Parts: sequence; C-alpha cells; structure tokens
Amino acid sequence: MSEHKIVDACNTYCPGPLMELITYMRQAAVGDTIELLSTDSGTANDVPEWVNKIGHELISSEQVGDVWHLTVRKAK
Amino acid sequence: MRVLVVGGGTGGTIVANNLARRLAPEIRARKAKITMLSASDQHMYQPGLLYVAFGQMMPDELYRDQRSLLESNIDFHVDPVEKFELDKNSVTTQSGKTYEYDVIVIATGSRTMSNKIPGLEEAGDTFYTEAGAVKLFKKLREFEGGKIGIVVGVPHKCPIAPVEAAFSLHDYLKARGIRDKVEIKYHYPINRMHSIENVAIWAKPEFDRMGIEIETLFNVEEVDVENKVVKSMEGSEYAFDILISIPEHHGMETIESNNLGPDGWIPTDRNSLKMEGYDNVYVVGDTTNLPVSKTGSAAHFEAEVISENIASIIKIGAPVKEYDGKVYCFIEAGHDKATYAMFNYENPPDLKAANKSMHWFKMSYNKMYWASVRGLL
Repeated sequence: MSEHKIVDACNTYCPGPLMELITYMRQAAVGDTIELLSTDSGTANDVPEWVNKIGHELISSEQVGDVWHLTVRKAK
Repeated sequence: MRVLVVGGGTGGTIVANNLARRLAPEIRARKAKITMLSASDQHMYQPGLLYVAFGQMMPDELYRDQRSLLESNIDFHVDPVEKFELDKNSVTTQSGKTYEYDVIVIATGSRTMSNKIPGLEEAGDTFYTEAGAVKLFKKLREFEGGKIGIVVGVPHKCPIAPVEAAFSLHDYLKARGIRDKVEIKYHYPINRMHSIENVAIWAKPEFDRMGIEIETLFNVEEVDVENKVVKSMEGSEYAFDILISIPEHHGMETIESNNLGPDGWIPTDRNSLKMEGYDNVYVVGDTTNLPVSKTGSAAHFEAEVISENIASIIKIGAPVKEYDGKVYCFIEAGHDKATYAMFNYENPPDLKAANKSMHWFKMSYNKMYWASVRGLL
C-alpha cells in the first residue's frame, strides 16, 4: 500500500525545500508520493529538474496562493 | 514538577542549565527537580572537528567533563535511555532504572550513517568523528598530489560544513605548497552549490577563484572501493585519491527503536517545539524533524525557548515564547576570513563579505562555547 506524505517546507531557508524533499524521498518506499509545500518560488524549477535527473515522477505542480504544491512519486 | 532532560549535548545542556537557574527557588523548596540522563560523561564541541581535520586544533581541546558544565542543582547520570514510554511519563535506562517525569525534553542528537552507502565507510573519510578527523588530517599530511572529491549526504549536520571543508582544504594544500598538484572537486546534491541561495551566490565565485571544481545534482549511490570511484544516483562518477564525505545523518538509534520518528527524527511543532501529539514532551536540536539546520546554533536558540516556557508554565501557568526558526552560523571562508548566515522562518540570510574580524570572532567563540553551553551567553 503506497503512502502519501505532506512535507511542509514553507518559510525555510536551510537546508531548504529540495533538501527536505530528498530527505523524505530517502525514507519513502517505491510508489509512495510526497507532496512538498514551499513558499520559495525557485522550488517550482528546482524540484522538477532534480526529479527528472534522478528518475522519479513529478505528479503535479501548482501554486495555491503563496504556496507551491509539488507532488512526486518515488520511482526507484 | 519533575523535568527530565534526555541527552547532554548542546541543546540538552543549555535547557538544563537555563532551567536550573530559573527554577532555583523551586528546586531549593523541593517543588521542582531537574534530572539529566546522558550517554557520556564527556561533552564534545563538535564544530572543532573541522579544525582537527586540518591540524588547527587538537582533539583534547574539544572536550569538557559534562558534570563541570552543569549547575550544581541538576541531578546528572550517565545512563542512556533505552525505552521511552511517553504515555506513562516514564523512561527506562541502560542500567535498568526507571525514571518518571512530568515534563521530558528529548535532546539525543544525531549520528552519521556512512554505512547506508555501499563502500562509503571503507573508501571515504569524514571529519564528523574524532577518529575520522585525525585520520583525515594524517592522510592529507602525507598527500603529495592527485584528486580529492568532496561529497555530501542528505540530511547532514551543519549545512555550512561542506563549503567550509572546501575552503579549509584549499588553504591547507596551499600552505603545504602542493595546491597546484591537487584537483579538488566539490559535489552537491541539489542544483546549486549550496542549499542557501545567498551562500551559493557568495561561494561560487570564491570556488572559481580558488580553482575548486563543482558538480551539482550529485547524490551518492555507491563507492567502488577497489577502483576508488564514487558514483551518483544521477548517473555520473568521479575517480578520486581521497574522498571527503559529509555523511547522511539519522537521529539516534534509541529514537528509531522506540518508533518516535522515521530515521530518528521526532515530529515536532515548529513554534512550540513540542512533540506532535504530546503536551509534556519537548524536542530540541538535531532530534527534531524541523526544516531548520541541524546545528548547535539552532539547538541553542530552541533550548532558550523551551527552558523559558517550562519555567514560565511552572511559575505562571503559561508559556511565554515561540521558536521563530532563528539560526546563526559562522562560515569559515579560508585565508583567515569568515562571514556568517543569520536567518529565521521569515527572513532569509543576507551574507556579508568575509573578513578577518569574523574569523577571529569565530576562533574566540570556539573558546566561548563553554560559557555558552552553561547558558551564560
């Protein structure tokens, strides 16, 4: 059974949203999804670039108010 | 009111000392008691390990007797907790004793997990332990030239350390007169050379000037020990003569084995610093799962909030503070210069140019730490 986890990285600068995502992706099982919340607009570009490079799957990316919601599925 | 502090690192020690002074009248009147349980009778100043790796400090400078750092009204035991029963307000220690409490502060810290990456423990060097820092120094002292790789695991303690290690390495090799015989390549997990954008903007031209190569989006997957090659999850690899690793960290094993949080990080409210789901359990320092730096500085500012709140709850029945995410990190920049990064949940760091005064302030702080951890600074 795959799990969905929300990681709130809003208003954080160090280690930052992408580092938070990597931390939780390492804990996750293949098939799990993680929804990263971030107020850093750079995250909208940083996360897809990392996901593509490493071979995970970007499910969705949208901005709701000031918060970016990026959902990633662990593929390997 | 029985307050139990589990862990004698920076966060636990500052909480216990601040609380002991604030609650001195209550402790004298036997209305409050502070107990600390630690895994060691020694307290290590961990940031000093970076200096040990480059021959600038000796390991014995990093230690003090833990008892000597604590207020005399703190009941201190070297007896690590093995079992947490948070629903019963009690813990059981290695010696088999049970301690009951009204409020618990969990400050057990973090540990390196080099063993999670195949080959990294065998082929990599790390300055995150005393033995590792000494071994790395001896290796660098013997080094006559070749390729040195720096790789970074996620998450890791002290996010500034990779940059500082690169600067220090450049300086050390230059001082030995062999910098032109050494290739330094710095590898970083995300798509810029530091997680703090302003640090990356500041450090990138410094690296360029020093001839330190950079590869981003490099998450270590394995190390080929025999051929001395480190491989990334992204598909690239680097052949090295020395591999300096800033390893992935986990919280302590006792946190994992008691199922208090994945990878040993306890789910913690970012403002109250209480463990999620518990009103009488506080978490401080590396042990939290908060999206802030795992540093002594974060632990220090968190510890002040926790101790003031526990004391005020005892005295007036209400907390008085919230943690705002404050962190202050020195950044050693080489050439006897340093700068700093200060930030909180609302304000990003605004880096200033490195200068010699900040370096000497940092060198002074290496000594002042012992006053800081007593809760005096």
